[in-house]
Amino acid sequence: MSSRERSVTLIACHECDLLHRKVALSPGAVARCGRCGCTLYRHHPERTDHYLALVVGALIVLVIANVFPIITLELQGYRHGSTLIGAVRALFAAEMDVVAMLVLLTAIVFPLAELLLLLVVLLALQTGRAGPDQHRWLRWLQRIRPWVMMDVFLMAVLVALSKLAHTASVIPGVSLWAFAVLAFLMAAVAAIDIRHLWDQLPPLHTRRPA
Amino acid sequence: MSRVAHRRGLMACHACGQVCRMAGGHQPCRCPRCHAAMHWRKADSLNRTWALLIAAYILYIPANLLPVMETRSLFGVQEDTIMSGIVYLWLSGSMGLALVVFVASIMVPLLKLLVMTLLAASVRLRPLWRPRQRTRLYRIVEFVGRWSMLDIFVVALLAALVQIKSFASIMPGPGAAAFGSVVVLTMLAAMSFDPRLIWDPITDMIEDEDDDD
Repeated sequence: MSSRERSVTLIACHECDLLHRKVALSPGAVARCGRCGCTLYRHHPERTDHYLALVVGALIVLVIANVFPIITLELQGYRHGSTLIGAVRALFAAEMDVVAMLVLLTAIVFPLAELLLLLVVLLALQTGRAGPDQHRWLRWLQRIRPWVMMDVFLMAVLVALSKLAHTASVIPGVSLWAFAVLAFLMAAVAAIDIRHLWDQLPPLHTRRPA
Repeated sequence: MSRVAHRRGLMACHACGQVCRMAGGHQPCRCPRCHAAMHWRKADSLNRTWALLIAAYILYIPANLLPVMETRSLFGVQEDTIMSGIVYLWLSGSMGLALVVFVASIMVPLLKLLVMTLLAASVRLRPLWRPRQRTRLYRIVEFVGRWSMLDIFVVALLAALVQIKSFASIMPGPGAAAFGSVVVLTMLAAMSFDPRLIWDPITDMIEDEDDDD
């Protein structure tokens, strides 16, 4: 690598491999690849504390959403409500293990894991104690991110509500509102650019690059 | 000088995006910044994509033919496939929702299968054909793929809620497992496909011409 290449941050488009020099963007700006048109990176306000607040807020709402029943069904004096975990349990009880695992992972485990991993990395960055572990957490974070499906789940709750509304009286629970809020918070969390967090971590210089 | 990373012997880390120099002969190495294993292209991209796609095609048949939901009530047992569930929503007046479920459960999985097949086939068969449009197709597939999980969540919620003993109960049917697997397999297929394979032949063509001049 020539010295000129080393002095600027080079990025290669992840969709077509074209090299670009990373430049500072003005607020709201987006850098796109000149060849295939994909989004390379966005303007990112460097506010770790903002992200921390967002992640902690989302964690609190996530707990509320999972503790209370989402919908309660009332039919001729019979009442039955279910939490998300209750739904997973019902699936396991019906011996639909594949479906149960899918719901458990995409609607509970992965959203929770995304928030916890971000919390750990952001706390480390905030307190200036970022070490080699953070690299591993970020790699895991990147793996699970496509499988976090809070927005899809919220839509499913709405579909289920309208299917039931014809046959019984349905009472939306606290959790329903919590999920609605959570879907938006998780969308904001998903917008946190992991590459931007990588840039703030100290490099692991145990071995020279080949 | 080439503006394409691999032409300059550079590659980007899949995890953190760090650009660094390739080891000779595309040998395995690790990212100097984050220690993730580096590949100049996603490993075995086309083979994996094809394998996952074929598995998804096979499961697509039971996913649509077998019932995803069984409703037991005083009036007997009613079995719903994905399509009949949509028809029910439409007839009961929720046309907007019927449309959403139709798009998420019928159109998206089918389009995903077809588009991924087109992309994987075009890398070999029509390597120079409309790269920008093909890349955009890939981006769309990656973005909308997760929405097919909608029906799985709906069935899960209904099965948990409607458990009124001896009066009515809803159970997930065998189609639900097949359908869920199709969603996961197509997502994995999209993830293992490397869009840079679309651009490599174009880079080669343009730059080999330049070299000849």
